[in-house]
Amino acid sequence: MTDLPGRPSRRGFLKASAAGVAMALLPLSAKAQQAAAPVPLEQYQPVFFTPAEWAFVMAATARLIPSEGDGPGAIETRVPVFIDLQLAGEFGQAADWYMEGPFAPAADPLLGWQTPLTPAEVYRQAIPVFDAWCAQTYNAAFTALDPARQDEALAALEEAAMLAPEIRDFFSILLDNTKEGYFSDPIYGGNHGMQAWVYIGFPGARGAFLEWVERHDVPYPLGPVSISGERA
Amino acid sequence: MARQEPRKDVVIVGLGWTGSILGMELSQEGLDIVALERGADQDTVPEFKYPDMLDELRYGVRLGLVLKPRNQTLTIRRGPDEVALPFRSFGSFLPGNGVGGAGAHWNGLNWRPQPEELKLRSHVRDNWGEQIIPEGMLLGDYPVSYDELEPFFDRFEHVAGISGQAGNLNGQIIPGGNPFEGRRSRDYPMPALPVTYDARKFAEAAAAMGYHPFKAPSGIASTAYVNPYGMQMGPCTFCGFCERYGCFQYSKSAPQTMILDALRRQPNFSYRTGAEVLRVEKAPDGKTATGVTYWDHAAGEEVFQPADLVILAAYQLFNVHLMLLSGIGQPYDPVTGEGVTGKSYAYQMNGSATLFYRDEVFNPFVGHGSNGMSIDDFGMNQIDFGREGFIGGAYWRSGQTNGQPIRSMPLPRDSAEWGAGWKKAVGDWYGHVMSIGSHGSHMAYRGNHLDLDPTYRDRFGRPLMRMTFNWQENDLRMNQFMRARMAEVVAFMKPDLSQLSFKDLGARYDIRPYQTTHNTGGHIMSENPAEGVVNRYSQVWGMHNVFATGAGNFVQNTQYNPTGLVGGLAYHTADAIRRQYLSNPRPLV
Repeated sequence: MTDLPGRPSRRGFLKASAAGVAMALLPLSAKAQQAAAPVPLEQYQPVFFTPAEWAFVMAATARLIPSEGDGPGAIETRVPVFIDLQLAGEFGQAADWYMEGPFAPAADPLLGWQTPLTPAEVYRQAIPVFDAWCAQTYNAAFTALDPARQDEALAALEEAAMLAPEIRDFFSILLDNTKEGYFSDPIYGGNHGMQAWVYIGFPGARGAFLEWVERHDVPYPLGPVSISGERA
Repeated sequence: MARQEPRKDVVIVGLGWTGSILGMELSQEGLDIVALERGADQDTVPEFKYPDMLDELRYGVRLGLVLKPRNQTLTIRRGPDEVALPFRSFGSFLPGNGVGGAGAHWNGLNWRPQPEELKLRSHVRDNWGEQIIPEGMLLGDYPVSYDELEPFFDRFEHVAGISGQAGNLNGQIIPGGNPFEGRRSRDYPMPALPVTYDARKFAEAAAAMGYHPFKAPSGIASTAYVNPYGMQMGPCTFCGFCERYGCFQYSKSAPQTMILDALRRQPNFSYRTGAEVLRVEKAPDGKTATGVTYWDHAAGEEVFQPADLVILAAYQLFNVHLMLLSGIGQPYDPVTGEGVTGKSYAYQMNGSATLFYRDEVFNPFVGHGSNGMSIDDFGMNQIDFGREGFIGGAYWRSGQTNGQPIRSMPLPRDSAEWGAGWKKAVGDWYGHVMSIGSHGSHMAYRGNHLDLDPTYRDRFGRPLMRMTFNWQENDLRMNQFMRARMAEVVAFMKPDLSQLSFKDLGARYDIRPYQTTHNTGGHIMSENPAEGVVNRYSQVWGMHNVFATGAGNFVQNTQYNPTGLVGGLAYHTADAIRRQYLSNPRPLV
């Protein structure tokens, strides 16, 4: 099993043996603690999204963090579930923000959030506008386009020419939420199995690295733990 | 009709660092004290406990410990030609809320100002002449000197629990410390912490280039420590969750860790949470305060709290807001230059370099908020302002604070922001990147100020405060100087890729990305009532039983993180109240 680099070799051997025993036992105890496997994404019942919105978010996040290549994609990490739950919650309702008028949605972007809409309302209003743009441009809904066309359409969405000032930031909100769902703790519904943390080498909530401070240019060997105690 | 509470000797508005300090020091005089905190109570357990605190989404991204703009915010414009708009969702700065204030979720970077910074106008006049001061800059001396404040910096460092290495011990330069710092009467209470690989690489390069690297002073415990109030810290484990988080292991210097339990044991001290002060009440002649009126959130009613002494210890922005709402000091008018309240708002001018090393490993999650190695070779007292064409300076630091991947994911500038290219880039580069920061001074100017907004209101119907602020050429020139010097260091360090991020001349203030919660000025200290709101003891001119703590006192901002000066000034104020004021309440100047 994994040795900790930089240890004296004999002690390292003993520790490695002990770790080997511990790790051999781990699958059983981990299995015992594991919650029931989540509902497959295709059967997930969104809390916030309508079926059409859900289909769009599934398709769009699959292009923002695609499954191809090294590392998990947004779909394997269940990013759409994360976004659905966030929009149903305080973030979606802008519950913490100052949302009193008058509003100036066309203000200089450097002055931050100035639309009267909450994040949930931005999704709700922007998705049909973008889908109408796709229908006009490609004669098909976004979800029906092939991946290359979807990437092209998303690039146009990023430019936001088809969006009114109130929803002009839709792409950046969607992208931010997608990355949040990819890298946040699994308790929020995304980063399923901590796959995104494993991919980049972030150890999650371990929170104790004192002996690693002066171990320079040596890869940290341990996988992540989550707030609820999952290990990967 | 407001409910009225029994009279207290002292009412303290806000229970962060300075409210806790004043509460502790004045409670030792036997005074009957109440502190009013608008937010909730919060402590290491249960609010900051492991593992729940290590949650980047909740605290790092959704800002779970920060003031909610819905409850209080301000409006911002970059100049008189713009209509100020509300800061609806915080970004550029993150004020604290609740017991402990921003002291609960800071990074722990604790610095003293340089002696020259407290006498900056004199320093400029004596060395180059006042003609180098740009038009519109409100350059001033603090009405108190470094030598006068030194015992109080020392006191704060020993209460707060700071780890570091002295560079100037009673005038003797100590190897390994900052040779350019002001004189210290004794060393830090704890030795400096070990540093990570990025810091070592930077320090080695800096030393080879003739600079003077030292371990950054840090409000993070390097050992077990007991402070003068009997509060205890345990050594930091470099968990990598400091700023925006409460410390789960009693390792970060915070009011919770260093003062509050001792303060709660004082029988003559009490505090109320959910108690949001709406205004300071003045006596009919306007020369003293009679107490404060606050909103009791639990009862849903206004309460008048009479008190003989009023300490305004809210965050800088909200101290100024309360003053503007209460008629404390004449509001500043940037057109005429008259008035004082809201004058000389200042901020911080920062920049950074990012260095990518494909084949080296940094383990960026191993860190703490004030980790690393610094240099002060480009500090305020090392720069020839006349030759360089600006007034200012910066300290530099390299030391990773966290590897939280939602926000701490530096990528080469030409990387894709989404799609397969982005995913490949995060896989390729996470853990192979380091940075160097330049943390620079910010001067006060005629136009940058705080007043009341004509349009937007808070949930109590009070006008929001309005900030008029933009970057100024002097500070941008300082930043460009740092950029050029840093480019030399980066070249020396030979990364595979690198990029510099320093605001260009002409840059406008962008309120969206986090920059720093170092908002200063607005109730500045001064030698006379025409120049500022408070005197050298932070006592309000013309209202002798009101004292105001915090960075609102700063004449202009220094090149450092403000907490060391804020703490030193708070102890200076506490000492003046204890030794001079209580026996004979009166204007101390």
